[in-house]
Amino acid sequence: MGNGTTVLATEQINQVLNNIGDRKKSQGIIPKSLTLLSVLLIAAILAVILGNIFLGGIGVISWEFISQSPAHGLEEGGIFPAIFGTVALVFLMVIAVVPIGVLTAIYLHEYTRPDSMITRAIRISINNLAGVPSIVFGLFGLGFFISFVGGFLDSVFVIADDRPYWGQPAIIWASLTLALLTLPVVIVSTEEALRAIPRELREASYALGATKLQTILRIIIPQALPGILTGGILAVSRGAGEVAPILFTGAAYYLPYLPTQLNHQFMELGYHVYILATQAPDIDKTKPILYGTVLTLLVLTFLLNFTAIFIRSRMRSRRVAD
Amino acid sequence: MTDSNQGTLPFKPKSKLFEGIGSGIIRVSAFTALIGIFLIFVFIFKEAIPIFTSEAVQETASLDKMVFKQEFREGRDPLWSWAPNSRQPKFSLMPLVLGSIKAAVIAMLFAVPLAVGAAIYSSEFASKRWREFIKPIIEILAGIPSVVLGFFALIVMATVFREVFGFTYRLNAFVAGVALGLAVIPIVFTVAEDAMTSIPQSLRQAALAVGANKWQVSMTMVLPAALPGIAAGVVLGFGRAIGETMIVLMASGNAPLTTASLFDSIRTMSATIASEMGEVVVGSTHYNVLFFIGTLLFIFTFIINLGGDLILRRIKERIQGKVT
Amino acid sequence: MFKRLAVLALVTIFAATTLQSDTPVRITITGSDTLVRLGQRWAEEFMKRHDDVIIQVSGGGSGRGIASLLNGTTDICEASRPFHEEEYELAKERGIDVFEVAVALDGIAVFVHNSNPIETITLTDLRDIYTGYITNWSEIGGPDEPIILYSRENNSGTFMYFREKVLDDEDFDPRTQSLPGTAAVVNAVSQDPNGIGYGGIAYGESIRHLMVAYTADDEPVDPTFESISEGTYPISRPLFWYTNGKPNGMIKELVNWVLSEEGQTIARETDYVPLHPEDAQANLITD
Repeated sequence: MGNGTTVLATEQINQVLNNIGDRKKSQGIIPKSLTLLSVLLIAAILAVILGNIFLGGIGVISWEFISQSPAHGLEEGGIFPAIFGTVALVFLMVIAVVPIGVLTAIYLHEYTRPDSMITRAIRISINNLAGVPSIVFGLFGLGFFISFVGGFLDSVFVIADDRPYWGQPAIIWASLTLALLTLPVVIVSTEEALRAIPRELREASYALGATKLQTILRIIIPQALPGILTGGILAVSRGAGEVAPILFTGAAYYLPYLPTQLNHQFMELGYHVYILATQAPDIDKTKPILYGTVLTLLVLTFLLNFTAIFIRSRMRSRRVAD
Repeated sequence: MTDSNQGTLPFKPKSKLFEGIGSGIIRVSAFTALIGIFLIFVFIFKEAIPIFTSEAVQETASLDKMVFKQEFREGRDPLWSWAPNSRQPKFSLMPLVLGSIKAAVIAMLFAVPLAVGAAIYSSEFASKRWREFIKPIIEILAGIPSVVLGFFALIVMATVFREVFGFTYRLNAFVAGVALGLAVIPIVFTVAEDAMTSIPQSLRQAALAVGANKWQVSMTMVLPAALPGIAAGVVLGFGRAIGETMIVLMASGNAPLTTASLFDSIRTMSATIASEMGEVVVGSTHYNVLFFIGTLLFIFTFIINLGGDLILRRIKERIQGKVT
Repeated sequence: MFKRLAVLALVTIFAATTLQSDTPVRITITGSDTLVRLGQRWAEEFMKRHDDVIIQVSGGGSGRGIASLLNGTTDICEASRPFHEEEYELAKERGIDVFEVAVALDGIAVFVHNSNPIETITLTDLRDIYTGYITNWSEIGGPDEPIILYSRENNSGTFMYFREKVLDDEDFDPRTQSLPGTAAVVNAVSQDPNGIGYGGIAYGESIRHLMVAYTADDEPVDPTFESISEGTYPISRPLFWYTNGKPNGMIKELVNWVLSEEGQTIARETDYVPLHPEDAQANLITD
């Protein structure tokens, strides 16, 4: 916005005024402590939840737990198929969602005026997509991907005799459903990165004779890469935790094999938590495994989230430095 | 890069075709979200249409049967009943709608004071270091998958609450609502905090300059100005609470009751879809009704999101108008 | 450049694993939560004996299994109740020839909390409790506390069977909490001193099973392996496998192995009631 000197002046004014405000502190003490209390309460609840899960789960985590299959009616063994299924699921999801999300953001930021009708319509769609309940995505996955697309593919390519090959719950449909669900995350994050790219860079590129597409491919996308990465990671972390959309689109209770084909069903960590918490035969026996699975899921999502936050904050500080 | 070192143009002019294909792909991709939301509506509503057209479906699941009380058993009062797998299936939506609203209201009663309080503290009182403590807390809370909150509510909270409050039902609207509230706090906090920090500094300075203290500034200037933003946060949070599935599925008891008590078990719309959709026969009345519930959820959250967006856009325009 | 290579490598690896041909026979089993545990044990053991078979088992309820069979997405449907008229009609419409074979027996136990003083219950009382005519434990000789009803989800075969056989086709009281699995019911009752629930006898160590009598004049019977296979326990039923048409090939082999002494012993070890040996013999699939 302004140049260096005015920024300095505003800061000084702020400081002086804040000091004046602080001097008459007594009147603010009750509201201040009340609002502080809500912060502390939220922190305390979070600490209890994380503490409970950590203490309950840490004893179970071992290499065997991570690397083995469930055995004996889910009462013994590990959760490897669920981890593998989760990774495969979000991997497919990322392949679908990142290109589309990035291209959408580029279109919104580089191709159209912010107040055009089309931009507005797309923006409204993105916001609404972010608000559609996850269970509705599950219904959509069933109605659109499995019945409509899968059914269509089956009618065109007859692979198995009369058994549906594509028109059944499968990892590809679950990951495409999740891709649609996480699309807004990627778009928003990429757009933030695009906004941070100085206009001079684009102008310099055009001045050197580059076309719009060349500018996008060689200047804009490389510059926005941290933002794109953040978006991808946040999408993965969101996708890895969603259960409702995969309930009817491909998650399986138990599988003796790993999903290696696009039309296989899969086990998934979040779904496994749900199964263990509600359907495992003997809740007392499975409780340690349940806690271990929850802890694994949490660690996975948090690691992803922290990476995203880290990249984002570095991106921001770099922008400030510029 | 090596090109420029050799003194040639850094960009080789590419063919028009390449340019056209590239921007074409970008333009097409950009419509995915728009097409996506459209397809969601079409494909969910499509499966609900027989409710309006098929007489066989309407025999058990017409609109009035879904809304009004029905007499099912002689000698008993008419009632709203959700019993889709009875000999005589009953598809009253009232227990489900009421359940969803109950859970969401409890979630809001729990989440809004905490989230708004924390947002006020963060934007008005907190030192920079405190703010760096609060933000990650909210981000961590937002990062907890809802199935984990559901697990915690089911395994830990329900037992503790029963001990403390002596509930008749171990799993009830209150337990589910509180867990739901935890999922809603980050949304309300983020939107409300955004609204408060986006109040222009000049406004605060003016007030401070005429001798108000910080709290007076917060109460008389910032809060009223940020109120629409906070309202938007509450609206968006409510939308999330209505649609959230795993928490209520695991912690609410899933009994289709139509009582006023907040401590009875409930069955929500989302949990009903989640627990029954996997096992209905495709094309049956039950299948159509579940998609109809999905349509209702979609329309409801669509309206709520539009509303929340509208408020936020208004605020943005107003603030920008004032400053520049 | 390195990044691009890495991405390319990843995609290739994934594509390679994705496109590899699958030689082993795949069998899908879907359905009853009551049976899923046994189905999975059978699958585990059968796969140990046959390297060339992969069996995928999922639960979700009898309704889900039947729906999957009708939708053509499963080979074997596990169900804890027989097909309904309408379901047979729908199957005929879709050209599915429903083949039924009973693979084990199950008694439905009535669960209460360990601290509950009630020891026996009649079928009539049970019906009145679940339909909402009896709402307090004192009405059947217990403490003056409300009765908290737990049930399985309304798609489960156990739910249907209970509604038809115990409730005489009346509806469950709306206060009934439906939980997504028998384990959830067991878990809920084990933590609720006023709770009552029902489910397969294969479940339940943390709760107590009530003895059930037909009427107040009859002798109450404990749900045991003996009483169920003899048929003296009032709430017992066969558990079924359904296929599209008479099984052949590997599925036939699987069914016959399940009915063999070996398969039935596994059922017993997994806390299910084995079929009477003669019935098992009679159910074998021949050509």
